[in-house]
Amino acid sequence: MAKRIDVSDLNVYYGAFKAVEGVSMTVEPRSVTAFIGPSGCGKSTFLRTLNRMHEVIPGGRVEGKVMLDDQDLYAPSMDPVMVRRTIGMVFQRPNPFPTMSIYDNVAAGLRLNGVRNKKTLDGIVEQSLKGANLWNEVKDRLSKPGAGLSGGQQQRLCIARAIAVQPQVLLMDEPCSALDPISTLAIEDLINELKSDYTIVIVTHNMQQAARVSDRTAFFNLKATGEPGRLIEIDETTKIFNNPNEQSTEDYISGRFG
Amino acid sequence: MSTVTGVSATDDPPGPDGRTPLRGVSASTGRLGDRLFGGAATVSGVIVIATVTLIAVFLIVQAVPALRDNQASFFTSREWAPGGDTPRFGIVEFLWTTVAASTMAMIIAVPFGVAVALFLTQYAPLWMRGPAAALVDLLAAVPSIVYGLWGLITFAPFFKPIQGWLENTLGWIPLFSPTGISGGTILFIGLVLSIMVLPIVTALSREVFAQTPLAHKEGALALGATRWEMIRTAVLPFGRPGVISAAMLALGRALGETIAVTFLVSSLPDGAAWTWSLFNGGETFASKIANNAAEFSNPNKTGAYIAAGLVLFVLTFIVNSIARIVIERRKAFTE
Repeated sequence: MAKRIDVSDLNVYYGAFKAVEGVSMTVEPRSVTAFIGPSGCGKSTFLRTLNRMHEVIPGGRVEGKVMLDDQDLYAPSMDPVMVRRTIGMVFQRPNPFPTMSIYDNVAAGLRLNGVRNKKTLDGIVEQSLKGANLWNEVKDRLSKPGAGLSGGQQQRLCIARAIAVQPQVLLMDEPCSALDPISTLAIEDLINELKSDYTIVIVTHNMQQAARVSDRTAFFNLKATGEPGRLIEIDETTKIFNNPNEQSTEDYISGRFG
Repeated sequence: MSTVTGVSATDDPPGPDGRTPLRGVSASTGRLGDRLFGGAATVSGVIVIATVTLIAVFLIVQAVPALRDNQASFFTSREWAPGGDTPRFGIVEFLWTTVAASTMAMIIAVPFGVAVALFLTQYAPLWMRGPAAALVDLLAAVPSIVYGLWGLITFAPFFKPIQGWLENTLGWIPLFSPTGISGGTILFIGLVLSIMVLPIVTALSREVFAQTPLAHKEGALALGATRWEMIRTAVLPFGRPGVISAAMLALGRALGETIAVTFLVSSLPDGAAWTWSLFNGGETFASKIANNAAEFSNPNKTGAYIAAGLVLFVLTFIVNSIARIVIERRKAFTE
């Protein structure tokens, strides 16, 4: 079910402000691609254009092309709601629905898709929680509020919620930045398992994390504040961290700036 | 907060020097500013509680002697002849009129107000939200006598044919049976009340809806929710306690509204036959008391009206308690 993403010459605007300029890249299926770069370089903004979540922010729009296999995500006939059902997203801060139980959180997306059958729901909820390595911790309290879990558990609950609708691609926007090291490790292990089924794109500020979890790494940068962010280079993670093509990548990796 | 892994992002950090962190009362430093502010807040709280208690005591003390002399059943009688040697009075008619008119107002104003609030926070274009919200708030500032005048002069003639149509089509239902009364019927009062309380429901619901965390809304949208599904999944559950509070405040206002109702209501002649129809007239607690304030000539007569006021007080109290219970019951799911 994993699909390839092809981006060509993408510009992202918020109103008149050009936030990201001229990004072209290919995201391979069944692999983890990490986006790294200094704050404000547009990596999160670019990630959001991959499932059209940037349109939630007033004035957000793009120029260019994003293809999911042979589907044009920005074709006039393409419904952004359908795009988001195909390409799931996990956010920086865990955001389980506070009024819902653990079970209902995982089932939320399925119910939006019209799944009502109790047996089907039970099955997919269990399978998704197992897929997110959370089942053993919550199986006895599925009816308890999701917001009562620890931060790391909440984030895995959000991952379970995202994979319950069986997306083609999973986008993660700094999924560990609000978590402690042990919870972070649990999420990273999970990402490693998930990549056999999903195409995963992860934005991270933690370069060790990018090195640990990703197959390919993309480095974003901007010339100065107020300038649009650009993709500097994308390559095998080992290549980016050991022998990058661009001087600015090496400067960033080695901690000389950023 | 319970955890299974034993690791929680929200564990309290230790305080300085490894002492337990300051919490609650022990966080007070004993400095002048702290003591002044704490004292002022405490005094304000105590005054409010004392006031409510004293009002209840006043109502009870004044009402009890009249109730003791009452020769009719207070809760079931329709007679109203307080004072004299054998006072006979009961409140069933006021209770029905008050509750029926207020319920009508809620049935109309709550869904409509919530819809307006959702429009203002989730659908309206940004440039429109501020001015439109200000206009709705302005409705709340219109004095109730103005609603009374408007109801009498403009709305009543407009409503008359509608009432006729309802009586013709739905007259076989006891609630809509014709009574020959037009003008200040229970349904008409309910409609005017619904317009009066609409801005309360709208303003408070709008506040809570606007505070729905972006994270919850994005969580729903990222699952592929449409705008309406996002509202159902994230905005409405988040705003639910606020909407209940808004409805209760509005109901409180509707139950106790005096001037507009006194102005509009068609009081029933003595001995009028009982009917469940919403097209009946009849006084509410507030309008009955207001209409007869000139008659408070002896303590026993006054006591009968105060007893009626006490019922209104208790009614409001019960309504608020129910709302509290509803909100508390779901508390674990709203934090």
